[in-house]
Amino acid sequence: MCGIAGLIHRGKSSNVGHELQGMLQALKHRGEDSTGYALYGDTDGKNFIMRFKVGENVGEGSTSVAEDVSVYDERKKIVDSYLAEMGAKIIKEERILPYSLRYEIEYNKKDLLEFSQKIESIPGVEILSMGKSLEVIKDLGNAKMVCDRYNLDKLVGTHAIGHARMATESGVDIKSAHPFWGYPFSDVSVVHNGQLTNYWNNRRALENKGMRFMSECDSELIAVYLAEKMRDGASLEEGMKESLTGLDGVFTYFVATKDSLGMAKDTMAAKPLVLYESDDLVAMGSEEIAIRSILPQEIDTYDPFDGEVKVWQI
Amino acid sequence: MANLKNVTKKTKAQAMGMHSEVLTGRTQQKFFNPDEAENFYYFGTYDVDFNKRTDLDVKNMTAAEANKELDNLMSQGYGTIVIKNPQGKHSLGVGILNKLNLIFEGSLGYFGMGSSDGPIVRINGRVGWSCAENLMAGKVVIEKNAGSCFGAAIRGGDLICKGSVGARTGIDMKGGTIIIGGDAGAFTGFMMQRGRIIILGDVGINLGDSMYDGTIFVGGEIGSYGSDAVDSKLTQSDQDWLRRKLRVAEIGENFDVSKMKKIVAGKKLWNYDNLEPAEKKGAI
Repeated sequence: MCGIAGLIHRGKSSNVGHELQGMLQALKHRGEDSTGYALYGDTDGKNFIMRFKVGENVGEGSTSVAEDVSVYDERKKIVDSYLAEMGAKIIKEERILPYSLRYEIEYNKKDLLEFSQKIESIPGVEILSMGKSLEVIKDLGNAKMVCDRYNLDKLVGTHAIGHARMATESGVDIKSAHPFWGYPFSDVSVVHNGQLTNYWNNRRALENKGMRFMSECDSELIAVYLAEKMRDGASLEEGMKESLTGLDGVFTYFVATKDSLGMAKDTMAAKPLVLYESDDLVAMGSEEIAIRSILPQEIDTYDPFDGEVKVWQI
Repeated sequence: MANLKNVTKKTKAQAMGMHSEVLTGRTQQKFFNPDEAENFYYFGTYDVDFNKRTDLDVKNMTAAEANKELDNLMSQGYGTIVIKNPQGKHSLGVGILNKLNLIFEGSLGYFGMGSSDGPIVRINGRVGWSCAENLMAGKVVIEKNAGSCFGAAIRGGDLICKGSVGARTGIDMKGGTIIIGGDAGAFTGFMMQRGRIIILGDVGINLGDSMYDGTIFVGGEIGSYGSDAVDSKLTQSDQDWLRRKLRVAEIGENFDVSKMKKIVAGKKLWNYDNLEPAEKKGAI
């Protein structure tokens, strides 16, 4: 089933970590195999923030194979050496969990493709997000569990999207959890509720064009699909509109960039979405109770129609 | 004819050919006998007084707790109940088989007022997916917008949304009337079998797709027609009925119904073929 939620504050920052946690926790009945956050925090915009994992969470019903923790240390060492090789300087390093790390990196090249390929050439290493303000945090369990584990409650920023997942077509693991980073584009993330039926056809075509897939989760296709469109010069909104015909199946998805948040709904309108829109806040989720967790007062909400694409700026 | 004097009440009805099924276990089936007062009792209902009014704040209740309390209030004879702070909770007000004035001061989540039979309901907010699914009788008025599958499979009653509704409104409906003041999404009237849908605004793609029967009236633009949905002539009696219905619904009273489009089933789909499958094979 899965549930998705997103919000964007226009013209101000807020405690988006806490707000998104409340929205996703309200949707936990739609799935709590894993929960993911894509948070756009307030930063000075100078350095990249790289969230990456050197292993999987093997507890809590995971379908991953357990590894010796010493392997994680080995992988981290290789990551550090590759960063030094590419001229990336680690400004700040946090190891939140044995398998999950957050680096602030000074890196002056704009193209992240070569960078990402090099880092992910290390077996077992995956970049969850790379950007000047984006941080993707995803792990097994419901929203509260993940929020507590990664101390997200205090994170201040402008916008965020998140996902409560009920695993159906791929494993219960972090690599299949949402949000997906729009590799190799800085600060692009995607969450999806639905099922894509032309996943393999699209995947083969995109891989032939040099795009990268890290999981076998159909939702990852949306991030890669949009990334490829933008690589070819399309705007985010243009790419999203093309996805209505390029992607087959049922879907409602959100995509966020460093300064915008968008939603798209398939032409069958088979997946739910409730939307609240005001001058200073847009909040949306699979069910109204997600919005009610941050706006308990009586508000006007609506369901976007089939084939609708909307994008908001901060 | 069977010897009706010597058979029990239950088998008598079957002997007369009124029905043939034999129900076991818990059932609501009642055998009508005007001499028995108990047969006028409708299972799960209470005698309520519309002038007896109370409020119920469900802010800190689960849907199950709220519905149980609602039932408790009806059992005490309250005929007008105002629900405060529904806050988008799912499944509120389901399965009410009573005459009742029910007012929600706020929005409902999924399945609000589902499987109801008889209440008059006003929702001063929005409703989520599948509002009033399987409604059998009564009237449900939504002041704002509604989600998808609005009025799915309703059998009767009036379901009115003053705002816009999502996709698949009136899917599989078997009776009753759905009235939409704003726009409606894709697949409106999908596989509807009977009843009427009135949309004053625009409607999305595949209107009336695979409808078996029933009628859809549209005041605005139509995205596209679904399979076997066709235009029909809007008659004077249609217009009279529309005016009356819109007036009673307190919605679009001044709307020019003479320009509305009327859509019905073309009845060209396979399910209208009188041939048995074996005969059809032979014909082919």
